[in-house]
Amino acid sequence: MLELALGFAIGCYVLAQLFCLYRVVIAPGLSDRVLALDTMTINMIALITLFGIRQGTAIYFEATMLFALVGFVSTVAFAKFVLRGDIIE
Amino acid sequence: MTAPAEIAIAALLVIGGAFGAVGSWALVRLPDPMTRLHGPTKAATLGVGAVLVASMAAMWFRHGIVSWHELLVALFLFVTAPLTGLFIAKAHLHLSWQRDELPRPGADTDWATYAERAAANPATEAAPPPPHRR
Repeated sequence: MLELALGFAIGCYVLAQLFCLYRVVIAPGLSDRVLALDTMTINMIALITLFGIRQGTAIYFEATMLFALVGFVSTVAFAKFVLRGDIIE
Repeated sequence: MTAPAEIAIAALLVIGGAFGAVGSWALVRLPDPMTRLHGPTKAATLGVGAVLVASMAAMWFRHGIVSWHELLVALFLFVTAPLTGLFIAKAHLHLSWQRDELPRPGADTDWATYAERAAANPATEAAPPPPHRR
């Protein structure tokens, strides 16, 4: 049953990544693209964690943490660039 | 692994997967950029949170190892998800709205993005020059 639930969750997140990819390629505005990229990093965290559960190890924790950190910093850097025209003033 | 634990972990995984898929579907489905912000910031956080709790429980019940690492990731996401939502909303306002298109925000304040008050605000006032340049 756990294998079935794992497969369902992985399928859901793969579908979510495809939706986000569509929104990155076809978007009405710049902020939508960045929102979709930010969502892609969040979904990637879930995918890596699900892969870790499947493999039965906890060593993918560093990868998820790196994704979380880099996703947050890149989104904030984008917003700052749009608002102020500069990232490091 | 006992049966109740397996059921609980499977339920968490299904909830997490459903929330993640719905949160990203909102990006495609919803009509307006400001409403599109709503899906990912709430649903993806809850979805990833459920997946991380499921990972902790699976490590505990399967291998007898108590793993606190996932809690760190969940805490980080819970702190940063509102911030990214706010920043993207602010950037969107700045990019696609003129100041006179927006409603008045309240008494005698202005929208922070258009920061006319920022100059008069003592918190953002320029610091006095260092003594040797006076």
